[in-house]
Amino acid sequence: MLSVGDFIVLASQNLRKQEARASRRRSIDRWFGRIGLLFTIGTLGVLAILLLNLAASGLTRIDWQFLLSFPSRRAAEAGILSAWVGTILLMIVTASVAVPLGVAAGIYLEEYAAKNKWTDFIEINIANLAGVPSILYGLMALGLFVYQFRFGQSVLAGGLALACLVLPIVIVATREALRTIPAAIREAAFALGATRWQAVWHHLLPYSTGGIATGVILAMSRAIGESAPLITIGALTFIAFLPPAPILSHAPFLSFDWLFSPFTALPIQMFNWVSRPGEEFQSNAAAAGLFLMLITLGMNGVAILLRRHAQRNIKW
Amino acid sequence: MVWVLRFSGWASVLVTFGIVVTLVTESAPFFGHVPFRRLFTDTMWTPLFAEPQYGIGALLAGTLVTTGVALCVAIPLGTLLAIYLSEFAEPRFREVVKPMLELLSAVPTVVYGYFALLTLTPLLQKIYPDLPQFSMLSAGLIMGIMIIPYVTSLGEDSMRSVPMLLREGAFALGDGKLGVALRVVFPGAFSGLASAYVLAISRAVGETMIVAIAAGLQPRFTLNPLESAATVTAFIVQVSLGDLPHGSIGYQSIFAAGAVLFLMTLGFNLAGHALRRRFHRAC
Repeated sequence: MLSVGDFIVLASQNLRKQEARASRRRSIDRWFGRIGLLFTIGTLGVLAILLLNLAASGLTRIDWQFLLSFPSRRAAEAGILSAWVGTILLMIVTASVAVPLGVAAGIYLEEYAAKNKWTDFIEINIANLAGVPSILYGLMALGLFVYQFRFGQSVLAGGLALACLVLPIVIVATREALRTIPAAIREAAFALGATRWQAVWHHLLPYSTGGIATGVILAMSRAIGESAPLITIGALTFIAFLPPAPILSHAPFLSFDWLFSPFTALPIQMFNWVSRPGEEFQSNAAAAGLFLMLITLGMNGVAILLRRHAQRNIKW
Repeated sequence: MVWVLRFSGWASVLVTFGIVVTLVTESAPFFGHVPFRRLFTDTMWTPLFAEPQYGIGALLAGTLVTTGVALCVAIPLGTLLAIYLSEFAEPRFREVVKPMLELLSAVPTVVYGYFALLTLTPLLQKIYPDLPQFSMLSAGLIMGIMIIPYVTSLGEDSMRSVPMLLREGAFALGDGKLGVALRVVFPGAFSGLASAYVLAISRAVGETMIVAIAAGLQPRFTLNPLESAATVTAFIVQVSLGDLPHGSIGYQSIFAAGAVLFLMTLGFNLAGHALRRRFHRAC
């Protein structure tokens, strides 16, 4: 038989055991928290190391001569003029195709499309399209745009390839922006006799500009950094001329000859320099890479701030 | 107006259609004159040589190894960060860190390639002097870092959507934070995490520039990550860099490689989305 005293002893032993276990758990949790923090900072550190690394070997190369020179066989005389001009021209094509098409598709799917199996089909298709490797867009552009449509290895073919690549990003961003607008806004517009299009044009689109702009910036930053699809369609790495100017000094003042010009782009130029032996070309590559990093990280930073700003300012 | 919008909605289907039709029609001549059996019995991939060999396994081995190395980095690290950010970190810290982590996947891949070839490889050569200039190990490690955000972001989302009640129940039974994370939240979110892993695999399989720059362009049937070997994607780049007349065997062979790549990534993407849908239904 156990006495009351024995029970008290047992209970207090049990309690002590429990306390020991709890404190062990707490210390495990503390340690895991530290390890997690360490790895998080370490992973982010990779980004810093990357930037520092590029800066260390590329910063000395960056000057006006580098920005305003064509590629050259001599590393010290080479520059990125044709590369950044090519990148800008590509982005003009990409944005003018992907933005209207993507926003319109987002509006259609969110505001117009009936919930049926066709809409489901489009949605599954978009989700899968977002996961298709970028190089396959290049193969499509090579077979379709370059040879079938006879655009040649041109700015137009490259820009269209990149537009197809970023289309899902624009669509998804547009849909998400529209989805955050409460149904009451739509109902109020309809109650006042607005058509669906009037509700979209006068209310839904203006209210979702922030979200759509965020998506467009992210899409463009993705397109700027892409090289695989451009290599596949045969973008040249050695372009020592500029495409014809889009603005003329005489009538009709606008020219679209540049659309059919051969081109190079920043990532292509960098790839070319990376794959050459010799340290001089490597520092050219680092300098080009530094530009690419600053552009893409800058655009992503703007997108993050824009999203936060949009979220904070809207109170429905 | 509605018609314009409806057309835009279907434009994405048109793009998919364009990809599939181009891959099928342009690679059909290749698969037409290469005996199907040789794709699997040949041990080399040299479709451009005078005596061609068509062992696609040589390219698949390269893709398999680089993807495997990348996953060895991305899955443990990505999961650890997901658990930490979802269960341990302060909400304010998480809100700052998550977008910064996503910057890792916004870095242009050609910059990662530069980093793998000119920074990581020399570093690894100090540890293991026999490492060649191009190696699947170096490319795979960097690719792993690139796909960490895919695992962390999707993984953290699915862990946070595990109902708070389940956590509270486990805490009430006396379990600690890590115990709850591993025994309650992790199993609860597993199909969501699995979809993150599968989508990360698809990314790694389709990644091009890092492997083309750092893993080498020579197809080689090897499973040793310390060697150099071309992946499916690197082969496409290598052939594209040369002169590529329309309809030549080189032209056809990159579409054949592209078709194989498309089938692989499509499989992973469909599986990933199916897992994700199942997870959302379970919540």
